[in-house]
Amino acid sequence: MATKVLNYIPKESFIHGLSGTTKLIIFLTFSVLCGLSFDTRVLLFLLLLSFIGFSLSNIRLSEIRLMSTFLIIFLVMNFILLFLFNPEYGPELYGSRTVLFHLFGRYDVTMEQMFYQFNVSLKYVIGFPIAILFISTTNPSEFASSLSQIGVPYRISYSVSLALRYIPDIQQDYHEIAQSQEARGVALGKDVKFFERLKNSAKILLPLVLTSLNRIDDISNSMQLRSFGKHKKRTWFTKKKMTAADYSVIAFCIILFVVGMIITNQGGNNLYNPFVR
Amino acid sequence: MKPIISFKDFSFQYNAQKQPTLKHIDLDIYPGEKILICGASGSGKSTLGNCINGLIPFSYEGKMEGELTVDGITTKDSSIFELSTRVGTVLQDPDGQFVGLTVAEDIAFALENDCVEQDAMKRQIMEAAGKVGIEDHMSKAPYDLSGGQKQRVSMAGVIVDDVKILLFDEPLANLDPYTGKTAIELIDLIKKQTDTTVLIIEHRIEDVLWEKVDRIILMDDGRIVSDTKPEELLRSDLLSRYGIREPLYLTQLKYAGVDVNKVEGIDNIKDLVLKENDKKKIRNWYEAQSKPERINDNDYILEVEHVDFAYDNSEQILFDVSFKVRQGEMLAIVGKNGAGKSTMCKVICGFEKNRTGRILFKGEDITQSSIRARASHIGYVMQNPNQMISQAMIFDEVAMGIRNLGLSEEELQERVYNTLKICGLYEFRNWPISALSFGQKKRVTIASILVMGPEVVMLDEPTAGQDLRHYTEIMEFLKELNEKGITIILITHDMHLMLEYTDRSIVFTDGRIVADKSGSAVLCDRELIQKAALKETSLFYIAEMVGIIDPVDFVDCFIDCDRKERDRGN
Repeated sequence: MATKVLNYIPKESFIHGLSGTTKLIIFLTFSVLCGLSFDTRVLLFLLLLSFIGFSLSNIRLSEIRLMSTFLIIFLVMNFILLFLFNPEYGPELYGSRTVLFHLFGRYDVTMEQMFYQFNVSLKYVIGFPIAILFISTTNPSEFASSLSQIGVPYRISYSVSLALRYIPDIQQDYHEIAQSQEARGVALGKDVKFFERLKNSAKILLPLVLTSLNRIDDISNSMQLRSFGKHKKRTWFTKKKMTAADYSVIAFCIILFVVGMIITNQGGNNLYNPFVR
Repeated sequence: MKPIISFKDFSFQYNAQKQPTLKHIDLDIYPGEKILICGASGSGKSTLGNCINGLIPFSYEGKMEGELTVDGITTKDSSIFELSTRVGTVLQDPDGQFVGLTVAEDIAFALENDCVEQDAMKRQIMEAAGKVGIEDHMSKAPYDLSGGQKQRVSMAGVIVDDVKILLFDEPLANLDPYTGKTAIELIDLIKKQTDTTVLIIEHRIEDVLWEKVDRIILMDDGRIVSDTKPEELLRSDLLSRYGIREPLYLTQLKYAGVDVNKVEGIDNIKDLVLKENDKKKIRNWYEAQSKPERINDNDYILEVEHVDFAYDNSEQILFDVSFKVRQGEMLAIVGKNGAGKSTMCKVICGFEKNRTGRILFKGEDITQSSIRARASHIGYVMQNPNQMISQAMIFDEVAMGIRNLGLSEEELQERVYNTLKICGLYEFRNWPISALSFGQKKRVTIASILVMGPEVVMLDEPTAGQDLRHYTEIMEFLKELNEKGITIILITHDMHLMLEYTDRSIVFTDGRIVADKSGSAVLCDRELIQKAALKETSLFYIAEMVGIIDPVDFVDCFIDCDRKERDRGN
């Protein structure tokens, strides 16, 4: 069976038990805070929380290995490119320049630049487990209901959840199509050169799109025939009732956000600057 | 009584079509009736159904003339939502219509859209689930259910809304024979429980008639050509004239010279009453048949030995599977959905790797060969042509499999043209594939495999969803290929295909081979039929009724006689 890249992994855990709306609020709080803040202390605290959340979810690392590998590659690339394109951004930002050693040409490795890049990477490292956590512990239907709860029109939120739902099916289709193409000389194996493989993967696209379009046609007929879109609102079978745990987590998120923003903006900007003497 | 559905001089033309699909339809359907709508592909039967449930004109646009009222409302002034509370539609492919992640959620879908509160919703779905007998599986994912259970879920999702009319669009198309039979029984049960009007659109009429229907509407080229009681339609010659397969037992009675006008209970094999002199006619016919003898003692071309298979970390799918295929055979692989038939074929092609056992081609072990290496000997045609077609033009699609063999452009062209000629596609060689019908696309996919010169071709459900004419077209083509020496292996749910075209059947149940014998022998074996979710042929009933000791031989004689009749017709 095709490896599942990203999907809901049903389990029993504290995180799974929270309502979708709560998880969406956690996700948004973390994303916004993480996006706005450059304060290392805040970021480190968020990192700690996101790892705690992850361990509470009972999701095993092996279940998300593919995504984790991807993240590490991305981080390394990002780190190198940031440095190559603008090695002096850190000193500029922090207003001081402490050279660690000279590399070549105009490239000096400075403490400030490293610290800046460390902060950027931190943001990704925080965001990643939270995103994984949200997707793999939220039942797609509940996800739709929570989106509509916070004001997204239900037609849009339902399409998003359907799209998520069909990822495994489309992966299965891809797998089958790839096999039949391989039988006809379209090489996709590991021994084929990367660009050759990329070019050949494109050949699978047409059949994949055609089968997916058929799928969409069927499902949209079936939905219409069962009154989807009849009213401005709809009810949700999977909506979880909010519990005390939900309310406490939401309250915690609000406090976290407010305190995080206060700390971040303490010095007049969103930086934590250890280089100021 | 006032009709619940009434067409008055009704015509419909899709925007993309030059001709109307429905022409001057006049039809009244009364509350509580159970009606079968049949017709060949393109006869307009599905369009008729879509007019009733509102997909036409609200989802598929076009020009409508005349009038159609459903439960007192004129459809064109209504909306798909208003109609959907009156007409419940069960679409063809149960897999394609699930929206919920669990059975319960899927059944609740219509109620959610109607803003029913959670508590009331839970009550209503339990009630609907109880009616179809799926209440013990509420928290399962629809995809983990068997074909029959899936169908139950889609029915529950429709009756939960208290509709007055139930419309089934080709309910048998994707089901194994046994599940098809239970689906027909379930439709009947629901009709009795809910007192609804039931419309079944289907071209497999023998299967639908397993439970009584009040009327059959026969369509052809957008018109109603017959609207009458089942027994009257069966006694006429309209079915064969309009490309619908008549029930096998009926054909048999006709061959034996029985006057079908005088036979009682002709519309259902369970109710059929044969008089003593009719029985005698059948016995006489049977004795006059020459016993067909077909022996194939060619060498084995394909041998599968003790194959086990499982996907990584999941349950085992194939258990110690062994069988042998002789060169030039036409072989059927049958069994219920999920029994391992397709997986077996994928293992043979090398798409999936068996854990144990080996596969021999012409005595040579190919277990370690690559997909590509096996493909030049053994071809595999998938069920859905859209999954295989990756080029825009027919020539390119067929040429793809031999492009990187290092042939010169002339050699390549010659090989592709030859294949296109064999497949009857030569005159279309410069056409875009999108201009072809489903049956022609199927041929293109077969051509794209044949071009690589395989000696064995495996086909997954080559005739699924095809009417009699297209079925015959595809099967006669495969028979021709077979006569040219290509060994053909077919995965199928169609018991008639198995009887009519194949020499031997391999029956799978839960990943194991449970029988390996002729199609007629399979279909006269009650225990096996039950175990493998097949369905006995009505010929078997006739043989029992008449008191023939060797029903297998009786079925063989019939098939032989039928082949001769058909060859004479051609």
